[in-house]
Amino acid sequence: MAKQSEIRYLTPVSVDVKKKKYCRFKKNGIKYIDYKDPEFLKKFLNEQGKILPRRITGTSLKFQRRIAQAVKRARHIALLPYVTDLMK
Amino acid sequence: MNNYETVFILTPVLSDAQMKEAVDKFKNILTEQGAEIVNEENWGLRKLAYPIDKKTTGFYYFLEFKADPSVIEKLEINYRRDERVIRFLTVKQDKFALEYAEKRRNNKGSKKNEAPAPVKEKVAEKVELEEKED
Repeated sequence: MAKQSEIRYLTPVSVDVKKKKYCRFKKNGIKYIDYKDPEFLKKFLNEQGKILPRRITGTSLKFQRRIAQAVKRARHIALLPYVTDLMK
Repeated sequence: MNNYETVFILTPVLSDAQMKEAVDKFKNILTEQGAEIVNEENWGLRKLAYPIDKKTTGFYYFLEFKADPSVIEKLEINYRRDERVIRFLTVKQDKFALEYAEKRRNNKGSKKNEAPAPVKEKVAEKVELEEKED
């Protein structure tokens, strides 16, 4: 225990204050997620075109389901790819 | 009567006249069944995100209409039978979609010939997601 306190850092250790994630849809009052707008949906995909998990985007469960629905529709009508590399 | 919207993709090999003819055919099918077309948009020739039937582009056409559920079946059968249609999607609009569609229509009226334009509120809202991704 004592040893630990002897450790000194040259620069003060930055303990990041965790930024609270929030659901952008709830915050901005967006009620409907449009499948016809691929540019918007791309914010919720990784570069392989996979849907990002909630733990990363902070989206609430309700809207995560709607994102998933919209993305799948957009994929069907070829506005978004099912699989890809380096989308962005 | 429910509100629906449908998107279909026509093969890019068609001439403009042929394309118009195909679009009219589907519009006629709808109106004959007693559907009321609320809105239509021609998105024009767009690149597909992945090839469909070895084609990399397609004519997109978007329709919004009010109809009885039985009409959808008829419409989709016709989509399937028509070789010019390479992909289609029909969706029932829930109350949120309806609200959104109305806004979108009004938006479109102000600025013409715009392909699927992101609605104002979505553009205004620019939160950095990239930062959270790592």
